[in-house]
Amino acid sequence: MANPDPSFRSATISVLVDNEAGVLARVIGLFSGRGYNIDSLTVAAVDASRTHSRINVVTSGTEMVIEQIKAQLDRLVPVHRVADLTREGPHLARELALIKVIGTGNARSEALRLADAFRARVVDATTGSFVFELTGNTDKIDAFLELMGPLGLTEVSRTGVAAIARGTSAITLRPDATHGTDKGSS
Amino acid sequence: MDAVQARTGAEVLLRALKEQGVEVIFGYPGGAVLPIYDALYQQNAIRHILVRHEQAAVHAAEGYARSTGRVGVVLVTSGPGATNAVTGLVDALMDSIPVVCLTGQVPTHLIGNDAFQEADTTGITRPATKHNYLVKRAEDLARVVHEAFYVARSGRPGPVVVDLPKDIVIGQAPYTPAPDAEHRSYRPVTEPDPGQIARAIALLKAAKRPVIYSGGGVINAGPDAAVALQEFVRLTGAPCTSTLMGLGAFPASDPLFLGMLGMHGTYEANLAMHGCDVMLNIGARFDDRVTGRLNAFSPNSRKIHADIDPSSINKNVPVEVPIVGDAGRVLAALIAAWRADPARPDTQALAAWWRQIDAWRGIDCLRFSQATAAGSAIKPQYAVQRLYQMTRALGRDTYISTEVGQHQMWAAQHFRFEQPHHWMTSGGLGTMGYGLPAAMGVQIAHPDALVIDIAGEASILMNIQEMGTLAQYRLPVKVFILNNQYMGMVRQWQELLHGGRYAESYSAALPDFVKLAESFHAVGLRAESVDQLDGVIRTMLEADRAVIADIVVDPKENCFPMIPSGAAHNEMILGPEHADRAAGITDEGLMLV
Ligand SMILES: Cc1ncc(C[n+]2csc(CCOP(=O)(O)OP(=O)(O)O)c2C)c(N)n1
Ligand SMILES: [Mg+2]
Repeated sequence: MANPDPSFRSATISVLVDNEAGVLARVIGLFSGRGYNIDSLTVAAVDASRTHSRINVVTSGTEMVIEQIKAQLDRLVPVHRVADLTREGPHLARELALIKVIGTGNARSEALRLADAFRARVVDATTGSFVFELTGNTDKIDAFLELMGPLGLTEVSRTGVAAIARGTSAITLRPDATHGTDKGSS
Repeated sequence: MDAVQARTGAEVLLRALKEQGVEVIFGYPGGAVLPIYDALYQQNAIRHILVRHEQAAVHAAEGYARSTGRVGVVLVTSGPGATNAVTGLVDALMDSIPVVCLTGQVPTHLIGNDAFQEADTTGITRPATKHNYLVKRAEDLARVVHEAFYVARSGRPGPVVVDLPKDIVIGQAPYTPAPDAEHRSYRPVTEPDPGQIARAIALLKAAKRPVIYSGGGVINAGPDAAVALQEFVRLTGAPCTSTLMGLGAFPASDPLFLGMLGMHGTYEANLAMHGCDVMLNIGARFDDRVTGRLNAFSPNSRKIHADIDPSSINKNVPVEVPIVGDAGRVLAALIAAWRADPARPDTQALAAWWRQIDAWRGIDCLRFSQATAAGSAIKPQYAVQRLYQMTRALGRDTYISTEVGQHQMWAAQHFRFEQPHHWMTSGGLGTMGYGLPAAMGVQIAHPDALVIDIAGEASILMNIQEMGTLAQYRLPVKVFILNNQYMGMVRQWQELLHGGRYAESYSAALPDFVKLAESFHAVGLRAESVDQLDGVIRTMLEADRAVIADIVVDPKENCFPMIPSGAAHNEMILGPEHADRAAGITDEGLMLV
């Protein structure tokens, strides 16, 4: 359903957090408790010592709600930085999908041909099935899945979005950084 | 030397508490915390106050914290001890009160096994606290305790839970001193941005109809912030109003003060909010009880909002000038910038604005009529007014707490607060049962002060067991019950919004409060008519023990003015004393609480 508020938008937000027990539950609890949308969410430790994790969340809302989401995230005690990649300049967003397509004959060869066009890799095959691995932005994966639909699409496993800013701008820890939003826009 | 000496986790915990300056803990024992109680038993530096219910321990810690500006400390056992504390934690979260709550937990190897008295305390309290910790390694214990105090008191204060598995408190643990235990990431901004301060001053200097609206943030920022608020308001000559939580920061007797705003605020405060052209909100959060219907809230004003919590800004009401910072520092910066700025305020416009405000004041919206003939029913407003006048005449340092309901609003309207930190009420959560334990915590912190809980007959029963705590520690708290035989606030809404169908709001089968007081070793008093009121108040104030004064008041009295849910400030209802205006309750309003 289209939202009537013209400021309604999607936002890809990256959050740098202490990698401690419960931190993901805090973030998820914030979204469910305050009624915000989660369209995608990924999390993993991002430094060698595994002391920090990066959470990427794709959400949507009016401009006021998205600002609120960022401020609420930033307020969580183990959160170091919050960056709105959608707002802060060009960025890359990628997810990976594993896609099982079951079929024989024409459908099977058509699936393989389309996979080739999308640069999906075949990572498993039997005489009656393929597992494709596809990397790309959400739209590309959605488009591929739509094509596979009539060709025997059976199962999908997606990672959700990992995102990063283009160029030299970076979301990193700053030892003396104050606790505040939009530090990532440097 | 100490560092190498072997210590148990419980000893390390107490040492960390001492280093944090803790003098009092409100708590209740149980299996999982017995080693901590054992360590408490063997020392004298920290006093333990045994409450009668864990919810009361948290409210007592809140009263202690709010009346001293220090962190309140709670100790409860695992499972039911922790779950009983949850209401108190949410109360402290909503009202930004610094509390550290230590909860016992089953030993680490049993966590997740549905062990006896196991509850997922960190899971349950995650949305109930500012932050929480489960200490899984002995070497983290001291650091976590220090961090918990830092988090509880810094930025926007709030409750922090530290969950302590039994093996951690029994086993050996190293000690980390506080200075080495700063939090890794949490650094709230306290110093305001000079550019935003300059924009705020430009708006305020050019204002024709300014209003300054202050909240609990000014109280939390400490006594200096209240002094700065007074100075700034006087500098600007602007009218000042306050939220329920902010009362006392600006003296009620000052002519620049318009009284409380919001749902049961004064006519002049709410109309000034509605009609102003520049609004400065300092340390308040545009709560729905204050704004009324959002799309009609102060429609023609340019708004400045200063708050320590960036997430409070632009949450409900979009503002033109956001200022993130500690209320005290913001006010100091505003004072300096106002003085440095050569622009002159529009004194003519300000004088006209004050003429308008004085006309609204002339309505005397809090007026009520008390029949004086002997035997006449006591009006609840009159009871609060007399309590105020008689305590004021006494000149003692006086603290007021309340329960939740009409009596709370009458206390806010008719008891006039001149200083910060003397008013304890459950604003955000509206927790019936808050007032008695909160008063208890205040009395522990201020043994010589006069501490009064203005209560309702329904609310007081929610934590009445704390009368036992008052007796045990000889705490001379006065419980002043405005007994209207109804959950009056519920009855009022039923009368105004639900066709007078009084579903379950009658306080049936009430105890005899005089006998109840006596059975708890306290003094029991009752006033049934207006001629008995002063005598009862006098006896209550003279008693050196706890008192319950059962003040039987007019059961039908409603609390006015009232902005019905879903209405705008200029759609306020005045009481029967005034020509009735349009009720203005919309269907949408019925949906709201
Ligand atoms: C724990 C809790 N339960 C329910 C409510 C809803 N509630 C708000 S006011 C009120 C009635 C309070 O009655 P009383 O203490 O007699 O105060 P009065 O309004 O009569 O002054 C109720 C039930 C609440 N605020 N808190
Ligand atoms: Mg009542």
